[in-house]
Amino acid sequence: MRITIKIQRFNPESEIKKAHWVDYTLDAGRETTVLLALIKIKEEIDGTLTFRASCRASICGSDLMMINGIQKLACRTSVLEEISRHGKLQVGPMDKMPVIKDLVVDMDPFWQKLKAVKPYVERQNDDAPVQSETLTNIQEDLENADACIMCGACLSACNSFEASSDFLGPAALAKAYRIQVDPRDEMRIDRLTALQEDNGIWDCVRCVYCVQVCPKDVAPMEQIVRLRRLSIAANMTESIGALHITKFTEVVGEEGRLNETKLPLLMTWGNFKKMFQMIPLGIKMLIHGKSPNPFADPPAGHKAVRAIFKGRKK
Amino acid sequence: MKYAYYPGCAGKGATPELHQSTMKVVNGLGIEVHELDAFNCCGAGVISEADPDLAYTLNARTLATAEALHLDIMTVCGTCQGVLGGINKKLQKDKSLRKRINLGLQKSTGLTYNGTVKVKHIQWILVKDFGLEALKPFISNPLTDVSIAPFYGCYILRPESATGFDDWENPQSLEKLIKTMGAYPVEYDGRTKCCGFPVFLEKEKIATELVANRVGSAKKAGADAMVTPCPLCHMGLDIYQKDAEKIHQKKEGLSHTLDMPVLHLPQLLGLAMGYSPESLGMKHHLMPTAPLIQKIH
Ligand code: SF4
Ligand code: SF4
Ligand code: FES
Repeated sequence: MRITIKIQRFNPESEIKKAHWVDYTLDAGRETTVLLALIKIKEEIDGTLTFRASCRASICGSDLMMINGIQKLACRTSVLEEISRHGKLQVGPMDKMPVIKDLVVDMDPFWQKLKAVKPYVERQNDDAPVQSETLTNIQEDLENADACIMCGACLSACNSFEASSDFLGPAALAKAYRIQVDPRDEMRIDRLTALQEDNGIWDCVRCVYCVQVCPKDVAPMEQIVRLRRLSIAANMTESIGALHITKFTEVVGEEGRLNETKLPLLMTWGNFKKMFQMIPLGIKMLIHGKSPNPFADPPAGHKAVRAIFKGRKK
Repeated sequence: MKYAYYPGCAGKGATPELHQSTMKVVNGLGIEVHELDAFNCCGAGVISEADPDLAYTLNARTLATAEALHLDIMTVCGTCQGVLGGINKKLQKDKSLRKRINLGLQKSTGLTYNGTVKVKHIQWILVKDFGLEALKPFISNPLTDVSIAPFYGCYILRPESATGFDDWENPQSLEKLIKTMGAYPVEYDGRTKCCGFPVFLEKEKIATELVANRVGSAKKAGADAMVTPCPLCHMGLDIYQKDAEKIHQKKEGLSHTLDMPVLHLPQLLGLAMGYSPESLGMKHHLMPTAPLIQKIH
């Protein structure tokens, strides 16, 4: 079948310095991946087309790009399936990363974040023996956090990273979780403490993009949630992110539902600066009938919910 | 066509206009609903961060209640849909999980869930169960010449394993509904992205920046209003829009105001069905809806 691929081209050393789209037409079949198509274009149509790839089998993570606007590995994406799903085939460099040339981006932001979480086991005495069952036993705790091929899809798609370039991001935090459950590591409390700071686990907006685009099912957001749970279990409950979880749960445990007036009050209680900042919006919400009465009787159904909470505590 | 209607905390709390307009629309269309008036919170993904089994049990109670009524559930909140619908799928698939959760549920409430209920957002019900063709005769006030930016938000699309109605990469149900109402669906960047609402209380800067990006992008594409199936997105995009406007103006210049009405899906449909703005609870919005209403009438 004859198909057309639209590719975003950019060469800082050429006369056209701006990124621009170029159409390529070629034959493709059921077995044609986007990577095979790119190789064909490079070999038969335009030798200047530049992209990264190596294993062709979703292992090396080097050919992540925007395919119809979504972060995908070119070697694992079928040309025909894309066309039937989106009615077109557009290929561009990974979003939110500096473009070096055509489809090749600078992965430095990704590596810096990974480095920042010290993605290796730290021990006083590296030679001290480790019981072999310790390592087999953690397999389950690891979830899939050790399957990462460092392709960068999750960071590129991350909505929190869109707003805040210093956010550690999904891959690095998933890696932080992977070390957090490794019994050989001796710095686990310090690591968890560091993750409470700005740009750490509480900066994730829970957009679920990382879970969806990861080609290896690492589910970074779920690992971030596990880090949050571990933090609360380790009594790191002071951050307003942790308070959001504990107070939300407390309100629902009492009333059976969320009362949107009570939650912010409880979360910021005693934090006068924050409470003060909320006043103007609070008044507007009140005027527009958007602030449920925090002193009203709990709604129907609260007794059953209280019983469920009580049962869980046992 | 009858459903157990799960209004969600927002519908009965900070966004009463969602419940109000939903009732107006379902009554007008003849969709029968049995309101679950003793319903509990789905946990919004927050309670599961504290205790996953607690979140499962709370949602199992909702599912068991609907099961006893022999009804499928209709949600009106993208977040409720993602959480309740996602947990439902897990409880249906994983028998040992269901057994464990039922044990606690049975002890504390006497209820058991057998996994027979379907959870559907009103957006999906309108497109599929009711059907776009069947909807057409009810559009007595087509929204001609009005441009609407569809905003899906996160949990009605992702993770795909929990939702599975629209293709998350290229969802179309809102676009189809907008067209059926006679309006024009605007293409813009950000319709499937996050509004920032989950972190407004703790990370205001990040959240406000996201609102600025989403509304700013819809504005640039020429939208008269945005429409969303999620009341939390509605809140993010409506009540924080004035703060977001400052960020937008810093990037684009002072003359670039946002002034974007953000409607709940049942509100927009209600307008197209000829109901008055008052009866759809428009007074609860922080961003003025009058210019849009004028354009429609
Ligand atoms: S869920 Fe969190 S970490 Fe994952 S992409 Fe969204 S904001 Fe980033
Ligand atoms: S977590 Fe997944 S998406 Fe992110 S870098 Fe690793 S393999 Fe890629
Ligand atoms: S070429 Fe190695 S992952 Fe695609």
